[in-house]
Amino acid sequence: MFIKTLISKEHFMRGIFFTAALVSIFAVALICVFLFAQGIPAIGRIGIMDFLLGQRWAPTAAEPAFGILPMILGSLYVTAGAIILGVPIGIFTAVFMARMCPNRLYRLIKPAINLMAGIPSVIYGFFGMVVLVPVIFDVFGRRFGMMSGQTMLAASILLGIMILPTVISIAETNIRAVPQELYEGAVALGASHERAVFKVVLPAARSGVMAAVVLGVGRAIGETMAVRMVAGNQAVLRMPHEFFKGVRTLTTNIIMEMGYVEHGSIHFGALIATGVVLFVFILIINTLFSILNARGGIK
Amino acid sequence: MIVFIRRRKVADWLRFILVWGSAFITVALLLCLMGFILIRGIPHIKPSLFAFTYTVENQSLFPALVTTLIMVGLTLAIAVPFGIFTAIYLVEYARRGSRSVRVIRMTTETLAGIPSIVYGLFGYIFFATWLGWGKSLLAGCFTLAIMILPVIMRTTEESLKSIPDSYREGSFSLGAGKLRTVWRVTLPSAAPGIFAGIILAVGRIVGETAALMFTIGSVIQMPQNLFSQGRTLALHVYQLSTTGLYTEQAYATAVVLLIVVLGINYLSASVERRFLRRLG
Repeated sequence: MFIKTLISKEHFMRGIFFTAALVSIFAVALICVFLFAQGIPAIGRIGIMDFLLGQRWAPTAAEPAFGILPMILGSLYVTAGAIILGVPIGIFTAVFMARMCPNRLYRLIKPAINLMAGIPSVIYGFFGMVVLVPVIFDVFGRRFGMMSGQTMLAASILLGIMILPTVISIAETNIRAVPQELYEGAVALGASHERAVFKVVLPAARSGVMAAVVLGVGRAIGETMAVRMVAGNQAVLRMPHEFFKGVRTLTTNIIMEMGYVEHGSIHFGALIATGVVLFVFILIINTLFSILNARGGIK
Repeated sequence: MIVFIRRRKVADWLRFILVWGSAFITVALLLCLMGFILIRGIPHIKPSLFAFTYTVENQSLFPALVTTLIMVGLTLAIAVPFGIFTAIYLVEYARRGSRSVRVIRMTTETLAGIPSIVYGLFGYIFFATWLGWGKSLLAGCFTLAIMILPVIMRTTEESLKSIPDSYREGSFSLGAGKLRTVWRVTLPSAAPGIFAGIILAVGRIVGETAALMFTIGSVIQMPQNLFSQGRTLALHVYQLSTTGLYTEQAYATAVVLLIVVLGINYLSASVERRFLRRLG
């Protein structure tokens, strides 16, 4: 009897479901193992300080150098630019959708935001290439002696657009989650609708809105193709104020050079290690996001 | 007092402008992007773009379209069962809040956050090199399958959760076991929601480039078998636009890609709407 139940269909399928559930754990483990196994030795051979803080990236030079500081900073600059440009618009749009939008309009805008999230990054990149880059060159090119419109600025603007749907949908959900009583209380005390939303509802959704920003950071830092198509990709150390110059990020460093790198060389290892650094960045950002999002959900 | 009230009114007015203005900018950006590509691209769509083979004279997108369809089919075939089974385990079998649930959910969130270029690196190292598949359709779709697993899992989980417990209780009280309840009651009721999630995943597959570049390669040809290299539509747009020689064709291909994405989005939204209406 006992054995019969043990091998019954119920138990068998339960086992199948459980095994399937383990696949995601297995996949994460596999990704970590393979990336780290190839990346860490390369970092070791280059020297961790020379790798992370080295200012020169010249993998094919006679005296090769594998410093990714320009790319780390490049990623940070471009992401910061995207946040500065995209987050205010994103959050206010989220406020609009959660609290101010007439119902009929909402039924049009919500699908539009979803569509924006669904547009492939290569389309954004193409748009950046044929519109953004020439426009930037036309407007600022002569005055600032630019060589091309492929700049840090172009990448920041494009990423600012691309993170909008992410920021909007997470922020909207969390602004909606604020209890209606808070809003009603504020209005009962004489606040206008706008004042109640801005001074009561929005501060109450603070963690959730921060979570939206953090996820936006994750999207921006991980974006590859669109940045590759507009950023110029020079592996040169830049200062934050040089936003009219080209820049290379961690992601584009990989995509630019994986095509021709000799498999198994130290250059190859350095590219994988670049991916490892990116991966670590993303892990930190994700952890931050789950903490903030969980806190946003309690309220 | 009057000044005070007026200042408050000005502040409200500013907030109003800020909020409506931002929403307007967001929508305007989307319309501008789509409008620009559609208006500039549609005139370049010619029948020759859909010729059977790609040649230097005629940059046909047909092989890329076929490759994309094959990739969608294969990737879904791998990822959908795992995604749905995982969700079934999490919602129907596991004790809520147990350790295994928490670990599985954490890893799925990690998977969802990993940038596609990292998947590309992993796919190249593991599937293409370590398993020795080379750059191939197979390596590409396994890479994408891991990538879309969290999408399918999460949407299935949400739809299963939205099925009222009374359905399950009804089934149990009629004498059905757990498995039969899942198979005959919960899963069919949740099917439209799951389907909407799968369509969303199709969108990810169709639009993906960074994860595919080093896993399926970029040779444009009709795929011969699972181990041949290929180029999807999105990769094709990338290659055409970055070489700088085929801007017209890049526009036209971008339009085709955009229309495919629009179609997928519309489908997903309408399925989801029907699902929500049915749940009432």
